[in-house]
Amino acid sequence: MNGPSDPVEGADPLDFDLLWVYLQQEPLLWLTATLAAYAIGHALHRAAGGSPLVNSVAVAIALLVAILVVSGTTYATYFDGAQFVHFLLGPATVLLAVPLYRNFNRVRRLLVPMLAALLAGSVTAVVSAVAVAGVLGGSRETLLSLAPKSATTPIAMGIAEEIGGLASLTATLVIITGIIGAMIVTPLLNALRVTDWAARGFAVGVASHGIGAARAFQVNQLAGTFAGIAMALNALLTALLVPLLLRWV
Amino acid sequence: MVHAILALLVCQLLGEIIVRATGIPIPGPVLGMLLMLGALAALREVPDELNAVAGVLLSHLSLLFVPAGVGVMLHAARIKTEWLPLLAGLFVSTALTIAVTGLVFFWMMRKMGLCEAEQKP
Repeated sequence: MNGPSDPVEGADPLDFDLLWVYLQQEPLLWLTATLAAYAIGHALHRAAGGSPLVNSVAVAIALLVAILVVSGTTYATYFDGAQFVHFLLGPATVLLAVPLYRNFNRVRRLLVPMLAALLAGSVTAVVSAVAVAGVLGGSRETLLSLAPKSATTPIAMGIAEEIGGLASLTATLVIITGIIGAMIVTPLLNALRVTDWAARGFAVGVASHGIGAARAFQVNQLAGTFAGIAMALNALLTALLVPLLLRWV
Repeated sequence: MVHAILALLVCQLLGEIIVRATGIPIPGPVLGMLLMLGALAALREVPDELNAVAGVLLSHLSLLFVPAGVGVMLHAARIKTEWLPLLAGLFVSTALTIAVTGLVFFWMMRKMGLCEAEQKP
């Protein structure tokens, strides 16, 4: 009996239970928390001198999961607020037309290397993930959820559903793939002496979709553009390839 | 700003409608991107407003993946029992994919004589 109508208890302006109930019902709290966690991740990334090993998304996810677990909040409650950020993935994909248009001549000139690299990379992504996890004893459900992991979130989830994987597990694996790619792309391609920005961006876009593209845009506009194209093309090709390749699993 | 956002949403909406109406196996937003590309080609320039929106949204693209990533908490049990195949599969496959894609692209470029002046990454 400590609602605001109670003559004695209602006088207390700091009723945390009521405040918590209000905050749980509104999208405001978790939307704010998502942006704040990302801002902290971004600040740490900059404090580390822009090192790809301090990934803003990884930091933000770790912080948010910790807060949700400690406060006993379900993912569904969290997503009610965070869905507004999630929604922007669609418009952001449409926006990739802008850098694509600006670099259209270059893209057309590099069409043949691009398509060859796309095919090689897309097959590698699916086959190597399923093969490695399979050899190490991954369950069939895990393997099927893993297969489309290099395609961008909504497409990968659709593919997983179609072939009998778990869509929500796939969503998680897609994000982890993105973070891994963003962390390793720079040292890896330096070691392999791939010095061209278009090739570098395209590689991280095929392997690590939008998170790879986000990393590429941080480094170089042209790399970002090719990463964006790679993400779009690999989404299409993965949707075609995964059902074909999985006939042999 | 309003016009740019409206244009984005219209392209995405048309993309989703066309995909559902025709059943073509392309994600709606990707088709929306192609529609936007067509519109820009017809305009022959990128409007300033759209440029501004692209600058803001594309420079923080990775923020948009945070909500889906937090879903990792739903799979704590599976990750505990299958952490080795999952992590090894993700790591090896991501590294191999970047290497293969980058090398094939770069090798083909050089073979076809398409390399531009030396770039320092």
